[in-house]
Amino acid sequence: MTYALRVGQVAAVALVAALLGLLAWKLAEDEGRRESGPAPSFRLDRLDRDGSLSLASLRGKAVVVNFWASWCVPCRDEAPILDAAWRKYRDRGLVVVGVDVRDFSEDARRFARRYRMSYPLVKDDGTRVEREYGITGVPETFFVDRQGNLVGDPIAGPVDASEEIERRFEETIQEALG
Amino acid sequence: VTAARALLTVVAVLAVAAPARASEERPTMAELESETVCPVCGSTVDQSNAPIADRMRAFMRARIAAGDTKSEIKRSLVAEFGPSVVEPAPPKEGFDLLAWLLPALGLAAAAIALGVAAVRWSRRRDGDSGAGPPADPEQNGRPPGDAELERRLDEELARFEG
Repeated sequence: MTYALRVGQVAAVALVAALLGLLAWKLAEDEGRRESGPAPSFRLDRLDRDGSLSLASLRGKAVVVNFWASWCVPCRDEAPILDAAWRKYRDRGLVVVGVDVRDFSEDARRFARRYRMSYPLVKDDGTRVEREYGITGVPETFFVDRQGNLVGDPIAGPVDASEEIERRFEETIQEALG
Repeated sequence: VTAARALLTVVAVLAVAAPARASEERPTMAELESETVCPVCGSTVDQSNAPIADRMRAFMRARIAAGDTKSEIKRSLVAEFGPSVVEPAPPKEGFDLLAWLLPALGLAAAAIALGVAAVRWSRRRDGDSGAGPPADPEQNGRPPGDAELERRLDEELARFEG
């Protein structure tokens, strides 16, 4: 009986250790937000017109990848700033791409019309692209240089959240433009 | 008898199939809300207060009114949000596969432990009934006591009575 009890105790400890190991493995597996290296590629259906748009097709341009949704309140204030940046720098080779996530396409189109988002808009394929970028919510903005690499720090939250963030937004666009 | 059995089988099948067909052709809001997942918070839609869950409810209401079947409504939601919107359970791949495997492994381990305990218990009972000395009728079914204790008890009783 004592032997059986000891075997049971060892098995219980081994089980707890195995579960802790699995937890550690899961935490290590989660890459979190992508902040450097090649930007995760995507080809997504466009919301603002027919067809699709791939990140690869924008190679040679600097890209601002903005994750947004029509139900996201801060995205309303952010949209005009992104649109202004797109208009200001597009001749120098900047493209702003709005990636709509977890949203109805029709709601997103209505939102885009209402807030006059003239830059290219695409809809995420389920949650694939947002997971590859590791976003934690919307809005969230990434910067890609002309070689297709992520530059600067991503901005989690609206790009107009504070003067410091607005300044960082401008600086990182310049860095992406090179 | 064979005809009666066949008739019973048909009635049983119809009894199960009719509500399922009604649910498919005329889904209710409660069914759809409990079978779909809020893409923002991960709860079923009926448990979610997220703005997108409100929009999903409005969408479902409109599609039910338009006469869509449950499958059609779910397909539309999958087209917008991906397959996870109709899978309240974790995906059966990668790390999430453990959520499916661990309960089964736990049940198997518990069944094995129970089986081993039952076998041990059964063997001990067999040992108790067959191998021990014959029972003393004076003990009246009680286990034999400590001899020293019984001797002291007899002495105390004798002193009390004497």
